[in-house]
Amino acid sequence: MTSAAFLCLFALAILGYVWNRQAATAIRAGGARLHSLEGFHGFYALLTVLVPVLLVMLLWLVLQGQVVDSLLRSGIAGHLEGRSAGEVQLILAEIKSISRGMVFGTPEPWKIDAAERYLALTARAQTLLLVVVVVLSLVLVVLGRSKVSAEFRARHGVERIVSGLMIACSVVAIVVTLGIVASLLFETLRFFERVPVTEFLFGTNWEPQIPLREDQVAAEGAFGWIPVMLGTLVITVIALVVAVPVGLMTAIYLNEFAPRKFRAVAKPFLEILAGVPTVVYGFFAILVVAPAMRAFAASLGVDVSPNIALAAGSVMGIMLIPFISSFADDALSAVPQSLRDGALGLGATRAEMMLDVLFPAAIPGIVGGVLLAVSRAIGETMIVVMAAGLIAKMTINPLDSVTTVTVQIVTLLIGDTSFDNPKTLAAFALGMMLFVLTLMINVLALRIVRKYREAYD
Amino acid sequence: MTDLTARDTLFSGAGSSRAKRRNRKQVILQGLGLAAISFAALMLFILIASLIVTGHKAFVQTHVTIEVHVDPEAIPVEGLPRGGFRDVLLASLQKQFPEVSGRSELRSLQNILSNGAQFQLRDMIEANPALIGRTVTLKVPVSDPFDQLAKGLVKRETPEAQRRVNDREIAWFDALDAAGMISKPINWGLITNADSRFPELAGLKGALVGSFWALLVCFLISFPLGIGAAIYLEEFAPKNRLSDLIEVNINNLAAVPSVVFGLLALAVFIGWFGMPRSAPIVGGMTLALMTMPTIIIATRAALKAVPPSIREAALGVGASRHQVVFGHVLPLAMPGILTGTIIGLAQALGETAPLLLIGMNAFITSAPSSPFDSATALPTQIFIWADSPERGFVSRTSAAILVLLTFLVTMNAIAIYLRSRFERKW
Amino acid sequence: MYDTPTVERTVENNTVKFAARDVHVFYGETEAIKGVDVDILDKTVTAFIGPSGCGKSTFLRCLNRMNDTIDICRVTGTITLEGADIYDKRIDPVQLRARVGMVFQKPNPFPKSIYDNVAYGPRIHGLARNKAELDEIVEKSLRRAALWQEAKDRLHEPGTGLSGGQQQRLCIARAVATAPEVLLMDEPCSALDPIATAQVEELIDELRQDYSVVIVTHSMQQAARVSQKTAFFHLGDLVEFGETSQIFTNPRDPRTESYITGRIG
Repeated sequence: MTSAAFLCLFALAILGYVWNRQAATAIRAGGARLHSLEGFHGFYALLTVLVPVLLVMLLWLVLQGQVVDSLLRSGIAGHLEGRSAGEVQLILAEIKSISRGMVFGTPEPWKIDAAERYLALTARAQTLLLVVVVVLSLVLVVLGRSKVSAEFRARHGVERIVSGLMIACSVVAIVVTLGIVASLLFETLRFFERVPVTEFLFGTNWEPQIPLREDQVAAEGAFGWIPVMLGTLVITVIALVVAVPVGLMTAIYLNEFAPRKFRAVAKPFLEILAGVPTVVYGFFAILVVAPAMRAFAASLGVDVSPNIALAAGSVMGIMLIPFISSFADDALSAVPQSLRDGALGLGATRAEMMLDVLFPAAIPGIVGGVLLAVSRAIGETMIVVMAAGLIAKMTINPLDSVTTVTVQIVTLLIGDTSFDNPKTLAAFALGMMLFVLTLMINVLALRIVRKYREAYD
Repeated sequence: MTDLTARDTLFSGAGSSRAKRRNRKQVILQGLGLAAISFAALMLFILIASLIVTGHKAFVQTHVTIEVHVDPEAIPVEGLPRGGFRDVLLASLQKQFPEVSGRSELRSLQNILSNGAQFQLRDMIEANPALIGRTVTLKVPVSDPFDQLAKGLVKRETPEAQRRVNDREIAWFDALDAAGMISKPINWGLITNADSRFPELAGLKGALVGSFWALLVCFLISFPLGIGAAIYLEEFAPKNRLSDLIEVNINNLAAVPSVVFGLLALAVFIGWFGMPRSAPIVGGMTLALMTMPTIIIATRAALKAVPPSIREAALGVGASRHQVVFGHVLPLAMPGILTGTIIGLAQALGETAPLLLIGMNAFITSAPSSPFDSATALPTQIFIWADSPERGFVSRTSAAILVLLTFLVTMNAIAIYLRSRFERKW
Repeated sequence: MYDTPTVERTVENNTVKFAARDVHVFYGETEAIKGVDVDILDKTVTAFIGPSGCGKSTFLRCLNRMNDTIDICRVTGTITLEGADIYDKRIDPVQLRARVGMVFQKPNPFPKSIYDNVAYGPRIHGLARNKAELDEIVEKSLRRAALWQEAKDRLHEPGTGLSGGQQQRLCIARAVATAPEVLLMDEPCSALDPIATAQVEELIDELRQDYSVVIVTHSMQQAARVSQKTAFFHLGDLVEFGETSQIFTNPRDPRTESYITGRIG
């Protein structure tokens, strides 16, 4: 039905195009001088039909599920009384799967009735949508046709619509940011209704597994994010300890000392390293790095945790090497040639030129890049989900197992997610902190990088 | 002040201690640089090598070829598709080992065959009921422990108690092998099967189809939105607070952690809009939001690279700004835009965290037939397999990663080709 | 016909500093310098003139092997500095550049303080045994570059904060601080206003007392004002080389004549 509605819409829009175009051609054949080319008259009709009707359809499709659900729920309100939100969700899901013909066991007859009702409701909604689309499109086609005349500025109309569409596209970026902020804030505030803000911010105990039932909510202060943040910092620091020196030395070598052919090979290879998905790095950590580290530690007689933070951190460091090296390379390349010449002309060796002149001159750009890498390390998820631990500890020992903000978000949200559970909401609170923290670092880093670029442009 | 005679002269200079020290510094710096690159190269090598070493074994699958007498008593025509396919299979295995008897022994004999064998037989007979009563040759996968044994991943030297197959089972397997019934054909099931609890049956079809739908949705949303926004910002936007804000916004969006997009999708798409969980459409929409900034930034760079003289020339003959942009600038910028888009999509293909949050890590044993069905995606499938305890999934995870990397390399190669083929220096 | 020369045109010292024989320079396939023979004398200002792209800067950069930094650049022939072949394998270009300083077209102070800019060369070459000596070198160099009065109170401010003319004089001070024997100047005034140009020209004349100075210039007036010897380059050839007064008043080659009378260039 939905596809039928789409088809009707497109057919009518094309009809409008052809109709208007022919009308314009006829006017022109009659000897009048058109303001706009015939094609623009056609496009004007096409766009005036497509844009509003598509908007209506999208809204309809977004809302339809909700409306049908609430109708369905009111229909079986008697059976749902006294059940928790989670159970209601389950029942609705069951009814829907029955309606798709997937029957497990023998459901109660009222569920089968409800499933039929659900099918009927959906069908009615779809038919209604089709009718609305066809009527609306027809009205718009006729309206568009009535506008065709020699003086009608169809091109201006088309350009206005196109501009409007493009502005809408640009605004999507802001809408997404607002969406992130709104959704995080909304759920976080709900979380803080159950767990005091101070406890979340300053608590040193993170045990979200405890409150399984609602009457148990976090009475013992098990939602203190400090150990989680500490674990994130431990992993981030390990990652930077690996990535910053290696990345910087790579950039220095490639930028100044590498023969051109070497550079031509090394750059794409670093791009490959940068393009490896993080889930692959995560698997690499558990398949190779962590066992190797454990074996090494065992050979020294040291007993380390299986989810050793050092493994997750150093693999994350490997992931960040190309990131840092490409930023540092760009920053070094941005230093004007004249400064290189100046240093060499004084009899500086290339190493002296690099360390005394280029590198200090490029520091702001490099710092910006490192900051962006920090924000990446904090927000990186898959490596730590696979290779870091789950238990939050107040430790900075890199040989211990630590957990991170992103690990907690994922483990809290994998599996069941009803939105009235402090566990779920805690994930959003962590997400809020993650977003705010990385946003601050990003804004700072991007500002530094931009200032630096302006300085040498 | 300066003692000129002590200065390094041209020839002796290289020998003086100061020059030596300075040269040493240079050598050290270069050495450190080379060491750093070598470290990165070594890590990439170990990464790829470990994946190939563990993964290549999953590209073949141990099969056993058995003659099955389809006993009409065990599988009556009327009862299809229900019936005793397991028993029929066991009976034909038993023919090889007449000495085996007793319930538990028979059960372990049966365990040589994959659990999927009975369904393979069922499908075959369902398609052609005339086979009932005849003897058919069937090539079925062996179960995971025996697959591991055949591939040498279960070591025979290991003490029996720590091995997943005991000595008796090894003897059976060796007997089958000696009878020429064991073969190791290419494991097409890795591509043509959907997920399964049994490693020997698990394949990537569901994940591939899921990733395809998600990527298609992602492209359909992010490409037009990204280009529209980029054209507006680059060519039309007045320099004011709003366009500044949008600009800063886009740059920051590109650096927001991916897991936050997952939270957004969970709260908004699933929580508020009531869209289905685990569905590629939601995954695609989430990925689209993440890909859009990448496309916008690439498109703007491509538009910026088109020289102003082209715009001036078109404006000079009386074209409107829209006609200039859509008729002249955009076509010239298209290769750059496509390159950026493909790279953005490649990133989206490897993105995992947001898909986990919207439930695309569900255990689903059939490929989705539309973007609205529950599905997994390639990276989430890798995550699921990496998390599975069965040994057989280790090599399958590596194999799945190799498949994913093949796609990524192909996409990037296309992007690089496009860039070199159509790039123009103005 | 030209501005009154500010210097005497007598060359008292005839020691040859640089001797170039049959020098060719290639950028990949293109030949930028096609067999140049020239002698550059000590305590003399030698000007290289010629239309743009004639190879004068390229040749200048051969003299302290700055062309080494360009991958595709290849130099053949011999250039000797006081009899030693500077393209000899045993020569360290770093040591060479300490003896043959260079000032560039655009002022390029390092993003460091004025003091550190000037002290950089002495530091890397180990010319000062202690801080006092270094201070002395810095002051002397800044005085030589006629920048001391303007800079002495702001030695620890960044060199990039100076005006264009001051920056160029800072670069000259920086080059002088290394105590080179030859100073190469690649259009040192092209980015400067007339007043700053006059100051730098005056400075060049002063420097002649101690150094051999080679200056590439676009402006024939400048060549006439500051140099004793002039070399005219055209399309990679050294067309004419001789006393500045002779080149400008009585050129032997018709190409030189066309250039200085404004017909080519």
